[in-house]
Amino acid sequence: MTDKELSNGVTANAWSRLRQFTDARIGLGRAGISLPTRQLLEFQLAHAQAQDAVHLPLDVNALCQQLATLEGAAALTPIRLHSQAADRITYLQRPDLGRRLDDESAQRLNAPAPDAASAPRQACDLAIVVVDGLSSLAVQNNATAFIETLLEELSLDKDQSWRLGPLTLVEQGRVAIGDEIGERLNARAVLVLIGERPGLSSPDSLGLYLTWGPRLNLNDASRNCISNVRPGGLSYPDAARRLMYLLRESRRQKLSGVALKDRTDDNLIEHQGEARNFLIS
Amino acid sequence: MTGKYRHTLGNRTYQFANLADLMAKATPSRSGDRLAGVIAQSAEERVVAQMALADLPLKTFLNDLLIPYEKDEISRLIIDDHDAGAFAAIAHFTVGDFRNWLLSDSATTEMLQTVRAGLTPEMVAAVSKLMRNQDLILVAKKCRVVTAFRNTIGLPGRLSTRLQPNHPTDDVTGIAASILDGLLYGSGDAVIGINPATDNVAQSVKLMRLMDDVIRKYEIPTQSCVLTHVTNTLEAIEQGAPVDLVFQSIGGTEATNSSFGFDLKVLAEAEDAARSLKRGTVGNNVMYFETGQGSSLSANANHGLDQQTCEARAYAVARKFSPLLVNTVVGFIGPEYLFDGKEIARAGLEDHFCGKLLGLPMGCDICYTNHAEADQNDMDNLLTLLGVAGCNFIMGIPGSDDIMLNYQTTSFHDALYARRVLGLRAAPEFERWLSDMNIFRNLDDHQLSTEVPPAFARALKNLPAGSGQ
Repeated sequence: MTDKELSNGVTANAWSRLRQFTDARIGLGRAGISLPTRQLLEFQLAHAQAQDAVHLPLDVNALCQQLATLEGAAALTPIRLHSQAADRITYLQRPDLGRRLDDESAQRLNAPAPDAASAPRQACDLAIVVVDGLSSLAVQNNATAFIETLLEELSLDKDQSWRLGPLTLVEQGRVAIGDEIGERLNARAVLVLIGERPGLSSPDSLGLYLTWGPRLNLNDASRNCISNVRPGGLSYPDAARRLMYLLRESRRQKLSGVALKDRTDDNLIEHQGEARNFLIS
Repeated sequence: MTGKYRHTLGNRTYQFANLADLMAKATPSRSGDRLAGVIAQSAEERVVAQMALADLPLKTFLNDLLIPYEKDEISRLIIDDHDAGAFAAIAHFTVGDFRNWLLSDSATTEMLQTVRAGLTPEMVAAVSKLMRNQDLILVAKKCRVVTAFRNTIGLPGRLSTRLQPNHPTDDVTGIAASILDGLLYGSGDAVIGINPATDNVAQSVKLMRLMDDVIRKYEIPTQSCVLTHVTNTLEAIEQGAPVDLVFQSIGGTEATNSSFGFDLKVLAEAEDAARSLKRGTVGNNVMYFETGQGSSLSANANHGLDQQTCEARAYAVARKFSPLLVNTVVGFIGPEYLFDGKEIARAGLEDHFCGKLLGLPMGCDICYTNHAEADQNDMDNLLTLLGVAGCNFIMGIPGSDDIMLNYQTTSFHDALYARRVLGLRAAPEFERWLSDMNIFRNLDDHQLSTEVPPAFARALKNLPAGSGQ
């Protein structure tokens, strides 16, 4: 178990094989106490790709086509919305604009639902809002599959049925835009699926934010968050089960946020069969 | 009070609506103040505001509160805890005089400790707005704030690190792998601190036990912390979990903290609960706070103040509870608050200076996100500057990449760079451990061993099944 000091000045780390257990950049080795050239350039490449991902626009048409393939797709033809942030540069510097619908979008939600004879909208138990956020890739890669998993879980709820509001799809949006949408849709709870800020090893993490009684001017203490939803992070089934717990509890207690603790059994998210801490045993 | 805050330059008189307006306009440019609509309208207006601020008596901040006493518990905390006796020595100063005095030879380390309790966050924020980066570094370097739990942090010539082994699913093996990597690079004397992937009491307790097991087995003179909500940690303590430090993100207005879901009463309760466990060996500082410019505006709770003044007010909250560590997470919030590397560096130096002057054990999460105009070079610059300024601790993460929080902070390698180039060392108790464990072969030259130390080589043989290579 020795490190090799190679003639090129790099000292490798004998524990680099631990990388099979984590995406973290462990066991990188060192040149003196600094990062070796290859590891330095790998980092620079990942950063370059993550920066590019921030600016990649959501392919809305492709996403709509994906959603249309889901079972019960009729209910899932999304209403397309846009925030008040006209473009990405504005979006990055003006989070306030990303939290509000532009006039046209607001009008679209104010109009009575196409199948309803008269306004106002009928109340729904849950409105699902898909938002590009800081990573359109996260939404593009994960939203459809996650919604499919979630719909199945909702249909299996023996205690109550879940009346869903129309699915909405928002460009240049922030988490809080779900408050306005939920309020306009007369939803008792809103679930925002949003692309999280891209990381170097995870440019496509989806975040889930649940808010009971959505209305304008709520703050983050009113929300529950489940993050890192993607195949390499929190899997769709695990995320959906965790979310179902929050949804059911939120509905039962009529609240969300700090007062609603996630008491999902913790072995839910254990790596199967590998819960042992090798540093101890 | 119309006309109270104004300054004449040539034949033009600049008028400032109130003290908050004057403070905001005197602040070096940053995107968050532009977003808030409080920024100076021109470069000239900014300097004129700084001139007006320089002429303002320090006493003004005790009488003209930026957020009314009745409306905000942080305002009440600042005024109620103000020590007039400690203030007496500097009570006659203007803000401009105060800068001169801080830089002068009479403001020794001991003198700065003497006036500490007489300073309010607003006085400190105000003077920082007049200071250049080198002033912020020079004065911060004179401040000494030493805290202790299982080791001693903040001694002169020391730079500690938080080992941050985050994992996107809190996987035990993944976290243990990052802890091992960090320890073998000499990281972790400030704290081994995990941001859990989801806010859940059971999960937090599991992570607390994981770290406690490692610390006890290898007899590491350090402390652990799960960075979950303070109310979760309180529950964990009730359940008998091994809690070393209580974590909470804090802001400088009551409304900010309310958006974070706590108030001062809850923090007091948490501090008492953690102290009662008596788990510290060389000290009993049990709180770990994180802050960052922009959090109040982000929560719509800034009361028209600039973000740096809000940040300084958060330090009033921190110092009430004698923390072991206060960490300004300077570049995490994103480009809408600190746009680029230049703004991040300035904010990092301001926060470190303000916190230290108020008596806080300041560390800095020298970091950026992928949507900010910043890169590793910007972090190298700020790391070097804060190392020179005597920063108590920085983060340490494998390869700078936090795979859970999706941002970049300083790596284990970065900390060794700073220690080597600036001649800094780990906390004394931890340093002895690094030597005893054979992690370093030469502490004076910051040379790591080339062999895996025996205790850890044995652990590597315990790897889960299917890991043979």
